[in-house]
Amino acid sequence: MTAMLDFGRATTAIRLGTLSRRLDLRTIVVTAVLALAAFSVSVVSLGLGDIHLTVPEVLQALFGDASRKAELVVTQWRLPRVALGLVIGFALGVSGAIFQSLTRNPLGSPDVIGFSSGAYTGALIAIVVLHGSQLMITVGAVVGGCGVAVLIYLLAWRDGVQGFRLIVVGIGISAMLASVNTWIILQAELMIAMTAAVWGAGSLSVTPPGSLLVGGLCLALAVVAMTVLLPQARLLESGAETAQALGVRIQSVRAASMIIGVVLVALATAVAGPIGFVALVAPQLAQRLTLAPGLQIWPAGVMGALLLVGCDTVARLAFAPQQLPVGVVTVSLGGLYLVWLLIREARK
Amino acid sequence: MNSRLRTQDLTLGYGDTIVSDHLDLQIPDHSFTVIVGPNACGKSTLLRGLVRLLTPQAGEVLLDGRLISAYPTKEVARKLGLLAQTSTAPEGITVANLVARGRFPHQGLFRQWSPADEVAVRDALQATGTLDLSGRRLEDLSGGQRQRVWVAMTLAQQTPILLLDEPTTFLDIAHQVELMELFTDLHQQGRTLVAVLHDLNQAARYATHLIVMSAGKVVATGPPAEIITGDLVYEVFGLACRVIDDPVAGTPMVVPLGRDRSARVVVANRAEDG
Repeated sequence: MTAMLDFGRATTAIRLGTLSRRLDLRTIVVTAVLALAAFSVSVVSLGLGDIHLTVPEVLQALFGDASRKAELVVTQWRLPRVALGLVIGFALGVSGAIFQSLTRNPLGSPDVIGFSSGAYTGALIAIVVLHGSQLMITVGAVVGGCGVAVLIYLLAWRDGVQGFRLIVVGIGISAMLASVNTWIILQAELMIAMTAAVWGAGSLSVTPPGSLLVGGLCLALAVVAMTVLLPQARLLESGAETAQALGVRIQSVRAASMIIGVVLVALATAVAGPIGFVALVAPQLAQRLTLAPGLQIWPAGVMGALLLVGCDTVARLAFAPQQLPVGVVTVSLGGLYLVWLLIREARK
Repeated sequence: MNSRLRTQDLTLGYGDTIVSDHLDLQIPDHSFTVIVGPNACGKSTLLRGLVRLLTPQAGEVLLDGRLISAYPTKEVARKLGLLAQTSTAPEGITVANLVARGRFPHQGLFRQWSPADEVAVRDALQATGTLDLSGRRLEDLSGGQRQRVWVAMTLAQQTPILLLDEPTTFLDIAHQVELMELFTDLHQQGRTLVAVLHDLNQAARYATHLIVMSAGKVVATGPPAEIITGDLVYEVFGLACRVIDDPVAGTPMVVPLGRDRSARVVVANRAEDG
């Protein structure tokens, strides 16, 4: 056997029976480090609050014997929210990575192409018009978000869907829905309008029952499905002609990836309301670290989980006992990132 | 003449615009077939039809005697490769990683980097003279090198038939010749090549089989030396020319007369008179 081919990156091949795969070492290391960081932030976050616990105490509560009180605080009070933050953050990161790959544009995230505004419209109708329960708001958000996604897909259709048109149509619909949303809030009574505004900011503090179980399950399914689609989705980045010639069923892969991306962001929005910027920023930050070209699921997902758990910790504690909606924190951080990006691009 | 790739009564178009009209074409096996014709004569559209990027409005493309539309997409991709006119690569991808993507039709859910994949990628890099570049990033290469890398990607696909859509368009003359020589090597190794080319002289020099198209129809087919005449060039391109033997290869060479030749002769005569 001759020497391993030079891929220009540390690469190794694993071959076990019929299973064979090429592994990019830098991507694996970066993903592992990000996962470790997400875990560390989670542990620290579990210890912070009115009742302060040290890191060893938290670890004991999670994995071993701890006092009743510590266990109650960690596993019953704080863990569900932190775990949900990890799941939602991962979902948003993967969703953003999918949309950015599909549209071949760093701005192609679900926030930008109108899903979040649609979900907000759905939730607003449930809150303001139907005076609905938590469950109805959730359903409203999912129906609204998916409805708008389908609408944008159809409006962008011309012999198939092309990335850039999807973004432009999405931004247009998004802008229209934003004014519809404002109008609905203005029509509502003050208390209801405040509830609506709080939902619209995106928060992990009050979430529908069973979110963690349903969310975790949906996320796992979506990640498995996307892993199967990954080689084809990456080939799509080379253009429709090349992908088709290489044996990719372009329209079905595109549609399937879009459905997975929409399901993930619908899941996140249903649970926590529209949380801005994580989907946009996580894949880009992950890419800057891995330097790996094309669609990457795990780095983007883990980065999203890290970002959201970090932001939610800040949201929970920065102005304690007042709690900020996590969406406010992510949007602020995302804004800073965008400013930095613009300055950097302008200097080039 | 055997033809694994044929069209039968093939009509292609976009919406109401018919671009190629009831074409019956045979691509001879092991030929280097070149399709030429004026702009918008339907030659690139024909290529798009051959790889199923365009659904025929009527007629069919046949691959090994079967309707190409009846094949699973991946199976077609193991028989028919395409070097597209424009492809984009994700930022930062290295040469070997890009070429490895050409192995997709041979891979499955579990088998994604078999020893055969590695051999095919290495061979493709070697054949295109890009093995030394394998670790470089695509955006750091010159235009000519980049095009050879894209060729390597289609070679890694290991298809007996290779379609090339205006492969030399964006290259300077030296890189054009280099690439055409590479294609000739690939052809001589036994592959069937079908290229759409702009340059008639290049086509005449390298093709073993020429398809001349005009306004969606095939005007002439055959070896360049037999079919290229001044009359044909005038009929198809509206260009007055003389066809001479290429002093190097002996193939037909089209030398345009130019619109203002007679004028220049007249001016020259006047100068003599004066």
